[in-house]
Amino acid sequence: MPLRLTALAAALMLAGSAHAADRIKVGFVSTLSGPGAGLGVDIRDGFNLAIKQLDGKLGGLPAEVIVADDQQNPDIAKQTADKFLKKDKVDFMTGIVFSNIMLAVGPAVFDNKTFYISANAGPSQYAGEQCNPFFFNVAWQNDNLHEAVGKYVQDKGFRNVVIVTPNYPGGKDAVSGFTRFYKGKVAEEIYTKLGQLDYAAELAQIRAIKPDALFFFLPGGMGINFVKQFVAAGLSRDTQLFAPGFSADEDVIKAVGAPMIGMFNSSHWAHDMDNPENKRFVADFQKEYGRMPSLYASQGYDAAFMMDAAVRDVKGKVEDKAALQKALEAKRFKSVRGDFRFNSNHYPVQNYYLRVIGKDGSGRITNRMMGTIFTNHSDAYVAACRMK
Amino acid sequence: MTQLVFEQALNGLQFGLMLFLLAAGLTLVFGIMDCINLAHGSLYMVGAYFAAAAAQAADSFWIGLGAGVAGAAVLGLVLELSLFRQLYRRDHLSQVLATFGLILIANEAVRMIWGAQPLLLNPPDALAGPVEIGTFFYPAYRLVIIAFGLGVAGLLYLLVARSRVGMWVRAGAANREMTEALGVNVQGLFTAVFVFGAGLCALAGGLLGPLLAVQIGMGESVLILAFVVIVIGGIGSIRGALVGSLIVGTVDTLGRALLPTLLRAALPADAAATLGPALASILIYLLMAAILFFRPQGLFPARA
Repeated sequence: MPLRLTALAAALMLAGSAHAADRIKVGFVSTLSGPGAGLGVDIRDGFNLAIKQLDGKLGGLPAEVIVADDQQNPDIAKQTADKFLKKDKVDFMTGIVFSNIMLAVGPAVFDNKTFYISANAGPSQYAGEQCNPFFFNVAWQNDNLHEAVGKYVQDKGFRNVVIVTPNYPGGKDAVSGFTRFYKGKVAEEIYTKLGQLDYAAELAQIRAIKPDALFFFLPGGMGINFVKQFVAAGLSRDTQLFAPGFSADEDVIKAVGAPMIGMFNSSHWAHDMDNPENKRFVADFQKEYGRMPSLYASQGYDAAFMMDAAVRDVKGKVEDKAALQKALEAKRFKSVRGDFRFNSNHYPVQNYYLRVIGKDGSGRITNRMMGTIFTNHSDAYVAACRMK
Repeated sequence: MTQLVFEQALNGLQFGLMLFLLAAGLTLVFGIMDCINLAHGSLYMVGAYFAAAAAQAADSFWIGLGAGVAGAAVLGLVLELSLFRQLYRRDHLSQVLATFGLILIANEAVRMIWGAQPLLLNPPDALAGPVEIGTFFYPAYRLVIIAFGLGVAGLLYLLVARSRVGMWVRAGAANREMTEALGVNVQGLFTAVFVFGAGLCALAGGLLGPLLAVQIGMGESVLILAFVVIVIGGIGSIRGALVGSLIVGTVDTLGRALLPTLLRAALPADAAATLGPALASILIYLLMAAILFFRPQGLFPARA
């Protein structure tokens, strides 16, 4: 009898370890206040829109999304992540905007064997030597959009370029990405403080150098202020501005307006991409929030559908980490950017496009798709990744 | 090269004058009333929010700026009458605790009223472009800020150095008990100075709004700089606040502009890129430490 009881208990325990969860908990920590807030808000709204379209479910199970603001502070993000992992016992985490925060939070998430689906931050570290089975990036590797601009600036024959970027891991990735394909002279690399808003000193420096092109990577409020001050300083007469899509999407366009017209930028997604998923996303997003979606919103939206497909694939048994990893790698959802696949480092292999800001048919200032810069492009770090 | 130096000098002047608007109020409150007001930065933030909200409602930057200054002055009056009066006679620790509490209250109140995302404040269209000075361009709006700063500095000079009220203020800063004994209504003077300081905060907040961002926590970072300024200049001294502001503004601007380039000449590029911005941001604190070492009372001590 005792033996049978033990066997029964063991059987129950085994069954318990692989039984399907009754709901899916997602810990969403993002930058929702301060100058970087626009990015986090867009990712959150994109993510929530997807959940709404999925009737509040992920993979058929009720979804519970816990949202928290990291205030663009790595320490606060770490505390929040610890709470998500230990107290709320979330099944997925997502939402982080900035790479310095991602690198601070990553180790705790991976040690806890929780899958992190990055809807933005794609640091080179996690693409190369520190790649991790529990880290997926559904957007891009940090360098990618900068590589695309570098290629375009190179092809257009600009040979004297100044680079402006914040002094943080994402900024370093921007410089290495841009210079990987741009082979002309870099007159100056200007590193600003992350979150800096007054660029008077840097603009004076740029005026003295007189570059023919300026490449800047300043996401969120930083970029809004930079472009406004660049135009106010009269620099737009002699210097052509180039930026990755981050600094030339709806959030910046809405704030800056007409001075943005004519600016070329790179992206893996555009609101005028012609596929049914994207059409539905753009229309529903506008209906829900009364504004145009940005690339950040598209990334948040994709992250939710990626979780949805994977949970459905494993039939809700999210405790089976190996199976869940396989399901995530298989990428069975349809992205709003069209088709892409995951590389061995869990970063996308996808196309990168050229966009230009102009007025559309209704007189609204927005991005227009111009062409393809890279086809099936991966990242420069994947060779260093030995996925354990 | 001369153009670069000239432009950076203008930038330093512009930054310094805005710091002065903040430091002037802070140094008077600290110097005359011997009261440490950490919430001075919150008045700057609230003033900027008032200005941005009013500018949006009235669709005019100048009306917004005026409303912001008036609103912050009224808030300053209410705070002085209700809270700060109780604080003057307490020790510095109580003042720090109470005004730190005010910072938290102000930040949460702003978050509740206007939300967590920054407000946009645009300069008037006429000032959005550059103006030509000789052979080069400089943003028109920054010139206007410089003009405002110089105007306020001149006004304060006349007020403090040439008027009777200014004499009381200086006397109060030098020796409060003696001034009281001579029959000056120091209580009323305190209120007036505090309200005036709040108005200057809002003026700085409203003017800087289009260059920076009107957001929660904008007061804290600038408050630290304002304290550096008054420590350098000498607590209680308007002249010290002006000189200190200009020194801090210039050093910070030139440090950010020139240090990375200078380091680049001596160090490998990536080391210079890491060290340059870090060194530039601590430069003013090094300066403050040096001044404290050689002149612990600041450059122009009010109680000489």
